[in-house]
Amino acid sequence: MFRFFASRLLQSALALLIIITATFFMLRFVPGGPFTAEKAVTPEILRNLEAHYGLNQPLWKQYADYLGSLLRGDFGPSFKYPNRTVNEILGDKLPVSLELGSLSLLLALLMGIPLGIIAATRRNSWIDYCASTFGMTGLSVPTFVVAPLLVLALSIHMGWFNASGWYSPEDRVLPSLVLGFAYAAPISRLTRGGMLEILSQDFIRTARAKGASELRIIFKHCLRGGLLPVVSYLGPAIAGILTGSFVIETIFQIPGLGREFVNSAFNRDYTLVLGTVILYAALIMVLNLAADVAQAWMNPKVRLAR
Amino acid sequence: MTTLAPPASPEQVSTATPAERGSSLWHDAWLRLRKNRLALFGAGVLVLVSIACLAGPLFSSYGYEQQFLELGASAPSSQHWLGTDTLGRDLLVRTLYGGRISLAVGLVATLVAVTIGVVYGAVAGFFEGKVDAVMMRIVDIMYSLPFTIFVILLMVFFGREIILLFVAIGAVEWLTMARIVRAQVMAVKRMEFVEAARSLGFGKSRLIFRHILPNIVGPIIVYTTLTIPSVMLLEAFLSFLGLGVQAPMSSWGVLIKDGAEKMEEFPWLLYFPGAVFSLTLFSLNFLGDGLRDALDVRSSKD
Repeated sequence: MFRFFASRLLQSALALLIIITATFFMLRFVPGGPFTAEKAVTPEILRNLEAHYGLNQPLWKQYADYLGSLLRGDFGPSFKYPNRTVNEILGDKLPVSLELGSLSLLLALLMGIPLGIIAATRRNSWIDYCASTFGMTGLSVPTFVVAPLLVLALSIHMGWFNASGWYSPEDRVLPSLVLGFAYAAPISRLTRGGMLEILSQDFIRTARAKGASELRIIFKHCLRGGLLPVVSYLGPAIAGILTGSFVIETIFQIPGLGREFVNSAFNRDYTLVLGTVILYAALIMVLNLAADVAQAWMNPKVRLAR
Repeated sequence: MTTLAPPASPEQVSTATPAERGSSLWHDAWLRLRKNRLALFGAGVLVLVSIACLAGPLFSSYGYEQQFLELGASAPSSQHWLGTDTLGRDLLVRTLYGGRISLAVGLVATLVAVTIGVVYGAVAGFFEGKVDAVMMRIVDIMYSLPFTIFVILLMVFFGREIILLFVAIGAVEWLTMARIVRAQVMAVKRMEFVEAARSLGFGKSRLIFRHILPNIVGPIIVYTTLTIPSVMLLEAFLSFLGLGVQAPMSSWGVLIKDGAEKMEEFPWLLYFPGAVFSLTLFSLNFLGDGLRDALDVRSSKD
């Protein structure tokens, strides 16, 4: 188990370094820079600006300096927001996105898993068909269609929620519901598939023969194995929820990391883009790692194969 | 001796591989698919939507960038069946033109993804050992990368070229296909007809592309069908963020974005593109699921 964990950790660290390097050099080679956009600055001012941010140094030096300051946990100054560091901006925005993300994931699990279990135990009943329709809807109707429709219906017509913003607890409802719904669908499908697979196995028949109650069979015998596909899907789901929140944050005007990232890319705010990418990548990797460990813990096959 | 069909000797019938049963596999699959109403419905809708998008604009007197400014945004009427947008452009025509782009992105980017994925997965699965370990580790690492973020960066920095859109999306979506093809190749390569072909001295690439791959066409078709909707979703996602197709051209993603901005006053601008887009994705997913059941491809995760 320890070796498995260590090799995964090493792999993540390597991937993170690749991401940092790739993003860093990509940013330096793209046409246009942070100071080319707005009002034309004189060459002299441009030189001063570049000197101020160290952009006149040779590229490898900039790269080394950046890595060095990263190791100290310093993401550098923002190019577009003078007097603000990237650390401050990320510190402002990350909690918002994390809140949205964890609420959505929670909702997705709370909706998806029970639905999948019920669908599997009542196979080919009306509730199974409802669940599969629900699953298909989640796969086929994108969040950026669902979200405006819900806003139109519940906010504008019914006036139950604010159409946008992130102030009161009610403001959390629509965004996390929409984002959670998108991932509840695949989770319910995976749960159903996993449960069906386990339910058809011999040891379940044995349990039935012993007279175990249906509830006991489901929760005691099936759940652990049946939820394996869901656990291995958690990694991609988390990544998807994090990036999916770009659109949700845009629609609901939520001051989170996703919107900031898209804006910073448009603004060519190099340090902010880099900082956001690194933060996202690190976040996704840590959570992926956690999902892997959970999977190994739940599934002896995975644990022993490594 | 240049073309050698997999041998079908009598004693092998019991362990028949798909290819040995020849057309009957596909015939069986077709029979099963025909019973699946949802899949047929999906296929029908897809054909209709494609025909409408390709041929529809030819029968319309409006261009997709043609503006009737005096009209402004008008509700659906006999002149403009789906109404007009704020610049007085016919929504039906724009939806059909947008569909061309969305479908084209879906097909071309999927083609890119499938090509990369099949070749990569086949090579990894065929050679196994160290090659496979390294190649699949790369896939593992790439799986954990926040790829959407890179696509966004690419689109922002290198202009919103539609070609770039194809490549960027294709480059993201090949990973699953590579995993599936690898697993399938590993299974098929152990079969006797591959052994026979190998003993005839055929080269590796010939073994892979002429003998193994034709036997895993089923799973490839199924996952291609299921890749198209996720590619189209990604395109629409980018367009929604303003990173996809640029005005005056449109795609369904762009139309949905425009519609969402104006939905309070002119809700039909959101309803119709959203409905057409969702309907198309529904159809693709139904068809993909139907094909999976019909071709009996297990949705195994390794």
